[in-house]
Amino acid sequence: MEQDTIAAISTPVGEGAIAIVRLSGEEAFTIANRLFQTKDFQQVDSHTIHYGKLVDPKTNELVEEVMVSVMRGPKTFTREDIIEINCHGGMVSVNRVLQLALREGARLAEPGEFTKRAFLNGRIDLSQAEAVMDLIRSKTDRAMSVALKQMDGRLSSLIRDLRQQLIETVAHVEVNIDYPEYDDVEEMTHTVLTDKTTYVKTEVEKLLQTAKQGKILREGIGTAIIGKPNVGKSSLMNILAHENKAIVTEIPGTTRDVIEEYVNVRGVPLRLIDTAGIRETEDIVEKIGVERSRQALQEADLILLVLNGNESFTEEDAALFEAAKDMDFIAIVNKSDLEMKLDLDQVRQAAGDAPVITTSLIHEQGIDELESAIGDTFFDGSIDSGDLTYVSNVRHIQLLEQAETALQDALEAMENDMPLDLVQIDITRTWELLGEIIGEDVNDSLIDQLFSQFCLGK
Amino acid sequence: MYDAGRYDVIVIGAGHAGVEAGLAAAKRGAKTLMLTLNLDLIAFMPCNPSVGGPAKGVVVREIDALGGHMGKTIDKTHIQMKLLNTSKGPAVRALRAQADKVLYQQEMKYVIENQENLTLRQGMVEKLLIEDDQIKGVMTETKACYYADQVIVTTGTFMRGKVLIGDIEYESGPNNQRPTILLSEQLEELGFELVRFKTGTPMRVNSHTIDYSKTEIQPGDEVPRAFSYETTEFITDQIPCWLTYTGEVTHQIIDENLQKSAMYSGAERGAGPRYCPSIEDKIVRFNDKPRHQVFLEPEGRKTDEVYVQGLSTSLPEYVQKKLLETVPGLENAEIMRAGYAIEYDAVVPTQLWPTLETKKIAGLYTAGQINGTSGYEEAAAQGIMAGINAAAQALDKEPLILDRSQAYIGVLIDDLVTKGTDEPYRLLTSRAEYRLLLRHDNADLRLTDIGYDMEMITEERYAMFNRKKDLIQDEIARLEKTRIKPTKEIQEIIEEIGGSQLKDGILAADLLRRPEVKYDTIKRIVPTEDQLPEDVEEQVEIHIKYEGYIKKSNQQVEKMRKMENKLIPDHINYDEVHGLATEAQDKLKEVRPLSVGQASRIAGVNPADVSILLVYLEQGMRSKVSNE
Repeated sequence: MEQDTIAAISTPVGEGAIAIVRLSGEEAFTIANRLFQTKDFQQVDSHTIHYGKLVDPKTNELVEEVMVSVMRGPKTFTREDIIEINCHGGMVSVNRVLQLALREGARLAEPGEFTKRAFLNGRIDLSQAEAVMDLIRSKTDRAMSVALKQMDGRLSSLIRDLRQQLIETVAHVEVNIDYPEYDDVEEMTHTVLTDKTTYVKTEVEKLLQTAKQGKILREGIGTAIIGKPNVGKSSLMNILAHENKAIVTEIPGTTRDVIEEYVNVRGVPLRLIDTAGIRETEDIVEKIGVERSRQALQEADLILLVLNGNESFTEEDAALFEAAKDMDFIAIVNKSDLEMKLDLDQVRQAAGDAPVITTSLIHEQGIDELESAIGDTFFDGSIDSGDLTYVSNVRHIQLLEQAETALQDALEAMENDMPLDLVQIDITRTWELLGEIIGEDVNDSLIDQLFSQFCLGK
Repeated sequence: MYDAGRYDVIVIGAGHAGVEAGLAAAKRGAKTLMLTLNLDLIAFMPCNPSVGGPAKGVVVREIDALGGHMGKTIDKTHIQMKLLNTSKGPAVRALRAQADKVLYQQEMKYVIENQENLTLRQGMVEKLLIEDDQIKGVMTETKACYYADQVIVTTGTFMRGKVLIGDIEYESGPNNQRPTILLSEQLEELGFELVRFKTGTPMRVNSHTIDYSKTEIQPGDEVPRAFSYETTEFITDQIPCWLTYTGEVTHQIIDENLQKSAMYSGAERGAGPRYCPSIEDKIVRFNDKPRHQVFLEPEGRKTDEVYVQGLSTSLPEYVQKKLLETVPGLENAEIMRAGYAIEYDAVVPTQLWPTLETKKIAGLYTAGQINGTSGYEEAAAQGIMAGINAAAQALDKEPLILDRSQAYIGVLIDDLVTKGTDEPYRLLTSRAEYRLLLRHDNADLRLTDIGYDMEMITEERYAMFNRKKDLIQDEIARLEKTRIKPTKEIQEIIEEIGGSQLKDGILAADLLRRPEVKYDTIKRIVPTEDQLPEDVEEQVEIHIKYEGYIKKSNQQVEKMRKMENKLIPDHINYDEVHGLATEAQDKLKEVRPLSVGQASRIAGVNPADVSILLVYLEQGMRSKVSNE
């Protein structure tokens, strides 16, 4: 019956060594082909496993190296074509892979849907039907309570507000259609509708942006410590780690051997990047090379730039400021216990709006100031999440992405001068998609809106 | 009591539902009897003298494509006709006609009298004859017993009807006709759930007492128009309507007298329609509006009565008079009939199958306003479907259920029997998910085949229809393969319509897809051998220009159909379905949907319940197979 292709993370939530994204349905292979541009899974033998590089088809960016199991129906769990992508453990990578699969045309599976399909396609024994029904029920109830917990109050009120604006607009179009002689309302125009649509699209894009920021919050703020050799980077690292009980996670088997440490500084989770490099060699550039250090910088959300107060400002320091200039960073003038040879004005000038903190890491001085500077950077909005409404749920992200597409379609239709009642199809669709996020019933609310907004009748 | 004869189908009532029901049943070959209170009030319009409008106008065309008569009759008897929403997309255009009420009735009565298999009788039905939950016939108050295994009740607002004007109230059907009390009582005794609804109508004033110079003229279209695909003669001498407005003083009078309105005096009253509010409702709910529109609509060619659209009211007559005095053009208007509200019993429509047969009593159908709808078109739509299905049952043929992608009629009936309604139900274009597919211009393409299969469309008309279909297909095919070269001449034509120049050759269809290009331009560039009929050109243009949207809609329809095709056996015991939420269980037991698709549209049945239902059905099917 349902021929569409479904996808879900089919390993338990939490930290495991690997996590699996499973796709089932007619398009499982073609979706996988789009994610692994170099492979054609239609051509490989069934029930085989393949190494591949998973690439974001939109940006051509390498996402991860993974193993892919290919199983052709009907000899599969659901009797449909199945692809299983084995990712590295941790929610970040597996969520990313799932999101890409959804963007390429899969639908997020309903709770218990793989099992349901297995049953409907005759894979599961009749005697288990009741168990299957119970499974759907319990999984749905659990998913609902989890979804409710995940739903940020600010997010739902924001979405409610967007929906209200959309439905007022749609009701306006509808009243023009169903009551063409009603003269109390101006005829809705392409201009008005374009403005409204553009506004909602911007808001939806902002929300999608927060999905990234939400990720930062959960995954920690990627923090890189940079500086010339022997300025105190490892001391800084050790102090942050020691004071805040670092959790060291080893990420094995990836393209890079990186040790990341998670520390929580005044409620702000930091993920210290490439600390191994710093620790062992005191020089990130030396250890991983210029290219790699640039990459490390790129991945960072926050940079701690360490200077030696006992030395004058060098070209190398200037180069570091140059590298950090478009990012959030904090300049740390260390070794305040020694004679100050650095021109602080020059440092402040180079730092621009970024804070400059003076420390003596050896004597553990200035740590409080540093930590509060990190907190300020975080809550000030320079890493914009102090008052952040953020989207984290994969289903929500998928719905928002679909809403973004629908709004884009509406805008394009208006550019092509399509009649408003057709443009409205995509706007109504957006309204429905946003409704799904907050679990609001669509039944009849448009008609309610129509009659509360306008005075109609014979 | 005497035996007055045996029929296949009996229709009680001859309003807009009744006439279509009787005609449809008779055309299908069932021996049909129509019983009505008053032979002079067949297809009577107790409220506004108009037919059509957005969504409703499309329904009239759908009825016509199925072989019904509303369209043909209004084509012959209107005083003006308009195509609405011409500045909008093709999906929402619709015709509306102002009717000559008397002529409409006469014409419809004549059609009925001349219909083979159809008998018309005056009589008040007092009792339904029922044995073992199967309808057997009806008995009139004159004690005539007519027997039939199919009976369609189309009693409109007559069941326990009560007219209200100010503090006056009396038992009555619309326009002071006798109400039906016993039928209501019997339905209740049989266990039917009834609900109390209300509606209203404005005063009619004498045309000679209106100062039209203070109003704005509202003429019909100059181009001749018609609802029916069979109409070949068009009315050219049209009569205009007029537009005026209420003002602050009007609103003040209403406000001061609100307590005197039957609907605002505090008594508990039935639910009224939001889309057809009384002027009292408008003032109360939208008190910031400085004025409301009032349309003056002549009720016919040979009458002075003018319908005052916009002033539906149940205020006392003297207040009605007073408020007219404040409306420009109506200062001296004489009321010929006062406005009134009417309350009536309706059958809760979730008690019906999608064929409009009641679930309780086999062979008993209800159609029209009795099912909680409002509007002549909604009534007629149910009438024709009930007639088709009652005849099918009598003649042992397949029932006809239209789905939501086939017709507004399908949307209407599915909404009624699946969701019910807590106010008089009116069709709106926004109720349809596939509005782009349910256009007024393609009603024939959607439904003529069905009408023909039902033997309700003549061979002649069907041949004409097939010719049209072929012409459309041929022309689309031609444009999809004709390449236009960027010659100087063609570039000039394109420049003339404000398009950008061709760089290369282009398919005619692709050129038509450009926003600024119309079929007329294509015709100039690549003319057809013979001039195509206008409606064919229109179809070609819509089909090509909106192809993207149409395809999208069709994909959604396909998805919906898969669920519609998952049938639920009638004997299903929802108590046995493990894991269904209690609310879903209750709703499913009430509605008894025929398919999983219908089940999924019931409020309170969520996607998990639908999944569980699917698993349950699969289980049943497999155990059946294994038992055999």
